[in-house]
Order: sequence, then C-alpha cells, then structure tokens
Amino acid sequence: MKKISELDLPDDIRYAEDHEWARLEGDKIRTGIDDYAQDQLGDIVFVELPQVGDTFKKGEEFATVESVKAVSECYLPVGGEITAVNTALEESPELVNKSPYGDGWFVEVKLNDPSELDALMTNKDYLEKLKGAE
Amino acid sequence: MLYLPHTSEDIASMLQVVGVADLDDLFATVPEDCRFKGDLNLPEQLTEWELNDRMAAFSNTMAVSPEYKVFIGAGSYEHFIPASVSYLLGRSEFVTSYTPYQPEMSQGTLQAIYEYQTLAARLVGMEVATASHYDGATALAESLLMAIRVTRRRRVAVSSLIHPLYRQVVRTYFKPTSYEVVELGYLENGLTDLAATDGMDDLAAVAIQSPNFFGCIENLQAAGEKAHDRQALFVASFTEALSYGLLNPPGSQGADIVCGEGQSLGIPCSFGGPALGVLASRKKHMRSLPGRLVGQTKDLDGKRGFVLTLATREQHIRRQKATSNICTNNSLCALAAAMYMASVGGAGIRELAGLNHDKAEYLKSELKKAGFKIPFGAPTFNEFVVEFPEGFKATYKRLLEKKIVAGLPLASYYPELANHCLLCVTEVMSKEDMDKLVREVKS
Amino acid sequence: MKEPLGATGLMLNEPLLWEKGKKGRCAFSLPRRDVEPRPLDRELTGEGPDFPDLSEVDIVRHYTRLSQWNFGVDTGMYPLGSCTMKYNPKTNEKQASLPGFTGAHPLLPADLCQGALRMMFELEQYLAEITGMDAITLQPAAGAHGELCGMLLIHAYHKSKGSQRSKIIVPDTAHGTNPASAALFGYRPVPVTSNEQGMLSPEAVAELMDEDTAGIMVTNPNTLGLFEENIREIAEIVHSKGGLVYCDGANVNAVMGIVKMGETGVDVMQLNLHKTFSTPHGGGGPGSGPVCVNKHLEPFLPVPRVVEENGKYALSENYPESIGKLQAFHGSFGVMIKAYSYICSMGPENLKKASQLAVLNANYVKEKLKGTLHLPYDRPCMHECVFSDKDQAADNVTTLDMAKRLMDYGFHPPTIYFPLVVHGAIMVEPTETESKENIDQFIEAFKAIAREAGQSADLLHGAPKNCKVKRLDEVTAARKPCLAG
Repeated sequence: MKKISELDLPDDIRYAEDHEWARLEGDKIRTGIDDYAQDQLGDIVFVELPQVGDTFKKGEEFATVESVKAVSECYLPVGGEITAVNTALEESPELVNKSPYGDGWFVEVKLNDPSELDALMTNKDYLEKLKGAE
Repeated sequence: MLYLPHTSEDIASMLQVVGVADLDDLFATVPEDCRFKGDLNLPEQLTEWELNDRMAAFSNTMAVSPEYKVFIGAGSYEHFIPASVSYLLGRSEFVTSYTPYQPEMSQGTLQAIYEYQTLAARLVGMEVATASHYDGATALAESLLMAIRVTRRRRVAVSSLIHPLYRQVVRTYFKPTSYEVVELGYLENGLTDLAATDGMDDLAAVAIQSPNFFGCIENLQAAGEKAHDRQALFVASFTEALSYGLLNPPGSQGADIVCGEGQSLGIPCSFGGPALGVLASRKKHMRSLPGRLVGQTKDLDGKRGFVLTLATREQHIRRQKATSNICTNNSLCALAAAMYMASVGGAGIRELAGLNHDKAEYLKSELKKAGFKIPFGAPTFNEFVVEFPEGFKATYKRLLEKKIVAGLPLASYYPELANHCLLCVTEVMSKEDMDKLVREVKS
Repeated sequence: MKEPLGATGLMLNEPLLWEKGKKGRCAFSLPRRDVEPRPLDRELTGEGPDFPDLSEVDIVRHYTRLSQWNFGVDTGMYPLGSCTMKYNPKTNEKQASLPGFTGAHPLLPADLCQGALRMMFELEQYLAEITGMDAITLQPAAGAHGELCGMLLIHAYHKSKGSQRSKIIVPDTAHGTNPASAALFGYRPVPVTSNEQGMLSPEAVAELMDEDTAGIMVTNPNTLGLFEENIREIAEIVHSKGGLVYCDGANVNAVMGIVKMGETGVDVMQLNLHKTFSTPHGGGGPGSGPVCVNKHLEPFLPVPRVVEENGKYALSENYPESIGKLQAFHGSFGVMIKAYSYICSMGPENLKKASQLAVLNANYVKEKLKGTLHLPYDRPCMHECVFSDKDQAADNVTTLDMAKRLMDYGFHPPTIYFPLVVHGAIMVEPTETESKENIDQFIEAFKAIAREAGQSADLLHGAPKNCKVKRLDEVTAARKPCLAG
C-alpha cells in the first residue's frame, strides 16, 4: 500500500470525507473514488453504478465498489441528478485502479446546489486529514 | 473410545501445560449458574455391533424396493444409480473436506463443482448454474426473491401446479415480508391458466413448473411470453430433472431463472433429503444469484485452476446486504449429480428419459383400457393423474398389504380431486410390475 | 514420526470431463426395454443436453484423480476455527447407506416408514436433552437455514403477541450468516460491540434493547472461542423488554454435558449436525441445522412434526400456528442418521468427554503458540483460540502467507481473517479427535513457519509449493467470471 506522501491528490479537484472526489466540468460534476481509496481497496473487480436519471442527496450511497473479498459503499459528494455513468467500468473495473481521476470516473451529476462543491476539501485539507488519521 | 485418542498420560501432561488441575477446571470461565451439574440422560453407549443391530432393525421396517413397488414420484424419484457413482462418492477426500475456501488444497472439489455447474447449466439450457442449494423448494423461494431484487417489484405469480410443498415453502419464506404471492389456477387439460397474469401489475416473476405436479408438460414458451409482457422474469421450476433428457430445456423457452430438484440425478430418495437444489440463470443476472459459485482462473505459473468467486454477493462478506443467507450448500449431492450426468452421457440420458416416458405411457394406456379415467389430457412425462372410482381408499389399503403403493392420493393437496392419485413410473419399474398393479386395482 | 508431514508425490493431471469424452461411450447400464416406444410430440422435445460420453473407466479415473487434489479430515488435521472439523466415524456412513433408509420415499404412508420416524423422534429427544431445550425441529438443511427458521419463529412469536418489531441485536463477532438471516425477513441488524475481554457486556445490550427490538442473536461460545459469561444477565435484559434470545449453536462442541443452553436464558438455537455431531462436511454440504426451542415457541415450529402415540409414530400437520415448511420434505434425513449413530456410539459420558478434550486441545494450542503468534485475548478459551499476525507484520508476512505455508507442512490452514474484530485473525479449532502427537506436530510446524517469516519471508510469499496449483488469480476470476465450460 502507498505511503500518504506517495498519493496522487491533484489540486484541481475537491475531496469528500469518504474518499470520493469531485471536479466541476461546465455545469456538471464528475466524481469517482480517489487514489487513497483505490489503493486501500486493492484490485477492484466490480463497480455497481446507478442509472442515468436517478437522483441523490449529498452523502447518499450511490455506488458500490468490490474487491475480491470486500465491498465498499460510495457516497455522492454533492447532491443532484445522475446525467452519465462510466459504462467502461462494466468491462474494465481495473480502470479505477489505473486512473482514478481519469478513465476510472464513476458518474456525472447535475449539481443541485453549487455551494455543496465549495464545502468539500481541497487537496491540502484532505492531505492533512489523512495524515491526522494515520 | 474409538474417536478420542487421548491417553490419561496425554491428558495429564496437557493439563500441566495449560496450568489447570483437571478437565473440569478448563471450564472455570463458565459461570456457576450456567453449569449443568448432572449427567446427560441419554441411552448408554452402544458397541458397534449393537448399533448395527438397532439401525438394521429401523431400516427393515421401511417399505422400499425390491420388496415394495412404490408408484409415488411427486418430487422424489427412484432411479437406478450406477455402482461407480456410489463408490466414487464415498471417497473420503471429497466427503471429509470443508467448503473449498483454500483453493490450493481443494482443487478436486472445485473442478468437480465447476463441472457440475457446467453440466447443470447445459441440462436446463442456461448460462450459469450455482454450486447448489438445499432442495428444489428452497431453490424456488430463493429464485423468487432474486426476481424481486432484479426487478425491484413486489409481487410474484406462482402456478398452482407447482409442487404443493414447494408452494408451502415459498409462503413460509414470504410470510414475514411485504411481498405478495398470487396463485394461478389450472385448466381442464391439466395446464396452468396463464390468462390470470393479464393486467397484473408490479409483477416480479411468473413461476411455472414443467412437468407440473400433475406430470403434464407445460407450454413454457407461452408462459415466458406472458411474463415478459409484464416485464417480469420468467422462473421455470422443476421436480424431475431427468425429463430434460427428452423435453425442451426451459432455457430454450425463454426462462430467465431455472430452479428445481436434482435428486433424480444419482441421489437416492433417502426419505426426502439431502436433496439437490438446482438454480441457474442468464449470465446477465449472475451478480444477483444467491449461493456459491466456482470460477475458472490461472495460478502463478499460468496453470488452469478453480476458485470460489463473486463471493462479494455472499453473507460472509456482505453480511446483511447479501443476496441470501445461505452458507453450507449441498455440495456432495452436486458432485453425485455431476458423476451421474457424466456417466449417463448425452446419448444415454436421452434414451433413459425416453424409457421413463414410454413406461409411464404404457401404464397410462393399460389403466385406461381397464376403465379408469385419465382426467387431464395434456401430454405427460413419467407421472400422471388417474381418477379411481368412489371408495378407492379401501382398494389402496388392500394394495398396501400386497406391497404395492398405488401412487399419491391427491385429495389432501387438491380437495377437488377426491379419489385421484398421482402415479409415477421410472425405469426401475418393469412391465410385469405395472401389469400387476393394473390387475390388482381392477379386482 | 520424525519427518515433517508434508511431502511431494506423484499427482496426475486430469482434463475437464468434456475434454475427454468420445461419442459412442457410455458408463451407464440401461435397463432392458420391455415396452414399445411412444414418441412424444416433436414440439415438446429438444435435442437433449450436450453431455460428454465417457466410459466407466474414464469416470472412475477422473474422479479418483480429482479426489487426490483434495485435503480432508481423513487426510490430516483440519483445524478450521468455527467449523469443527472433527473425525467423521465410518460406522455413520454405513448406517446411512442401509437400503431401507436410502430407498425410502418421503411420502410413504406412516405405517410403512416407522423406523425412519422413530429415529427422527429419538434424535429430537437426544438433542433436547443435550441442549436443555423443550422441542426440536429437524427440518432446516444447514446452520444458516436454522437461523432463518429461528428468525421466522421469533417473528411469528411477536406477531402472535400483536407486535411488529423491526430490529435485532447482533454482536460484531457474529458469523456473517447472522445479520444475513435477520435481514432476509426485514429485521434490521443492530451491531453491538464486544468489550476488551472479547465479550458482550450487559450494559452495551441494555443500551440498545428496546420495545422495537425483537431480540438478540448470540453465538455462545462466541467466535473468539470465549464463553459469554454474562449470558444470563443479557437474557434477562432482553426478556424484560419482551425480546427473545437466539443462540447460534455452531460452537456447542465446547459444552456438551457441561452447559445446557436452555438453562442460560436462551429461547431458540440451531445446532449444526455437520459440526458438533460428526457428520461430514462433503466439501461444503449437505449439512443439517436442527432448531431447538423453549415451550413458548413450540407452537410455531415447522410442520410436519413427528409424533408418537402408544409406540406408533406419525407425521402431524396439526399445528395451526406453525410457520410452515422450510424444505419440501423432512430435512437432511441422511445426515440425521449419522448424527443419531454418533450419539449412540458415544453415549452420555463420551459426549461430555469430547467437549472436555476439545477445550483441552484448544487451550493447549493457545499456551504452546502464544509466544510465537500474537494472542489478542489472553484468557482461558473454549474449543478454539484466535491469534493474529501482528508479530509477523515487521517481517512483511501476513496471516494469508502463514496459512498458505502450513499447506506445505501437510496441514489444512485454520480459519483466517475471521472474526472481523481481530485484524489478521488466525482461528484454530483442533477438535477433540486430534491426538497430542498430531497437535504437537502442528505447533512445531507453526513455529517453524514463524522462524521462516523472520529469515526467508519469500518462502512464505510463494507458498504453497507442494499443492496441485500455486496461488490462484482470484482478481481475474472475479473481473471476468468464467462459471461454465
């Protein structure tokens, strides 16, 4: 497993307590799980995603990720309607391990309340939090 | 004692290591008020000879072939089991191993179950079969719950010609839930009345058994269309696995889930258990399947090997969110079924199933000739219903004295069918046995 | 024996069944045809399944080779915690294969199956005596099925009192089947944390127990191998709020003749005949999970029930409050015979002795290995003890590595990574049927492995070396499932 100093935590995205990330793209948010989460889970074998059109509140469970012997729930970092899901994960769940912020994204959300994004952590705050938990 | 290897010296030296004075002191952490102070009131220990005598005495009271001719099927079928199957099934490496959680030490069980999954899926015409369930009834209950999970709906329509005891199990599983079970009636020809599903909303599944409890072969394709009309899953149930040696497999008729009893495949009746719950589905539903699955993979050297897989569906990982609470399954029964299917082979199963059908047809026509009524006109496999005249009870009793069990009286399951019996004929019954039955019921 | 158990020998490769068939072969003797063919309507018939065609020799070699890739209790020590892998007496198998039992149809009229009914009736009585409970059903097919039965009984009981409760308390040390069984019928499992001693505290239960809670599911002895010392007090707390106590009886092998669970406040519990009562596991089943209840739950037991009148036995459906049926027929009858045969062969004194020796063996392993492996709860244990890999962490060696290496030494590994409350858990249950010599050999093997962990960790990372296959790629198996050939 990676040391905290080895984690890739880009500064152009925001982070949630439960290790999801969010990036603003136009009027939408793209989200997935971050480098810390994918590293902790190990080889990801399946991602269960919601359907386009489903709506969730901030912090609601919207997906599950599975490794061989564990299942983890994922919580939507901002509330809104799902406008797209990453169907490539069906065939290639390993994308989450290889490229958590790129090809391994989970869903796209039409944001209800832009202030919810601002309330998420910056990479600096998040790094501090991870160090604190160590 | 044969199974307790400790000598008194062993015990003394082990107690010393543990640091207690005697065996009783090992239980010092059990509070006084939880301790049982007396002696268990059980019969005195039996020697192996005494045990043999007692069990033989029990066994000898049982009405079994060849002494008795039992014309009952109804979910438990007497079929011939090759000696090789019984012999191989006794291999203690299979019998005395646990669930194959450590694959490197369990490749025998794992490959055998993978082969079972494959042959079971081929038999019913589906893509994926689980490593086994308890019996046909629990497999049906689990299938219906699975359909509810997949469709996120709350109602299931179940044919009244599914085995009455299976339906009772379904009702037991469903009683504390908010899900609803609706029963579909039957028609004069002995087939399920599918029209009742028209307009039914919130439907998760339509479940039909074929051959059904009356032995009649259902129109699965029509049932599948009805289910799919309502965007429900089509669940095909069965009690006589051997019938698919001859009949169209449910997978070819549009079934989404196939579930039933595999006892006919090399497993003795054994007073009803252990049996073999077969549960199979389309690959797209595999992640919703309840119970264990074995998958093929490779080891570090690239050699083929097998592991338990998709375990995240199961209780030991997903706990309360698992697709089922099932843990122990009926693995050894699945192994017996695989051995049986491999022994009888593709050509053999067809011939064997044909023989079952032909023998049952022979008895049916002889009974007809003797003046008894066959109330349901639909074609049957190896079971059928006969209507006997008023007062048949006395005849039935008289036949018991002659060591013939003339089928299963249906009145307790279908009150409208007084004096009706469900008769079964498999390959183990000879023409002579059947002629004798006809002679005796006539007289 | 001076040499280590694990050795290498000739093991044969064997393809999949359908890779070796040939049209024209058959391993089945078809009965003589004595009736005319009567073809079915072509619309109803299919092509027949695509099964391979093999000879009897092919079949026998196939399964003999496969069996040699397996490890069973008959091969060697199988100290799998929580699974009670004790020796399976061979006389049990003989009794269960008597033709009167194997050939019996489950729907025979009662007069024609008195022996089977009597055996079941007596087995119920024996199990009631051993557990101190009032009534038994033999119908559940396995432990988890018994739990399911127990949940249905609890549900039916509350319903009969006119109440609908929504929660059930489940300790964090519970088997996964506990929360799964509870959730199947809409109960919400409420977790309760065990205390520093690895046990449930009455205070923790009292805090959660309320009138919307149907009861509690307790495993006793628990999965850390410890007797729940506060069980009576906990039962009183649960009962005072109208709840019921379910006991997961998976670990009863520790307490036969020593504790009667019915006298500790338990209302309902399941037994696992394939653990405590020596019936074989069969590579994952069939099992049998009888459920034992107190008087107030008896009316709800599944039907039919075996009843006796003047020495005649019958099956009765006449229980209007019954939850219904859990299987089509009477349960795993073939397994029941083996348990019955075991109880008769043992007698009351030896059953108690079995529990005593099971506990002795586990405590002996605990004492001998606690300097080698980290022991998170250092107190007297029951039939099993739980270690962890904490002391090997510095060597970058995990529980999994040590477990795999044990195979090379000729032992089946213990249960690993369970219970969840111990990180890197190693749960050892030797059972009473292992002799001191076998256990000493196991202890020496574990010590040797711990030494290897410090000196040549790679040996452990690459283990096992002597099995049919090396470590398998479970990731690809789950990512791209191949479930049928």
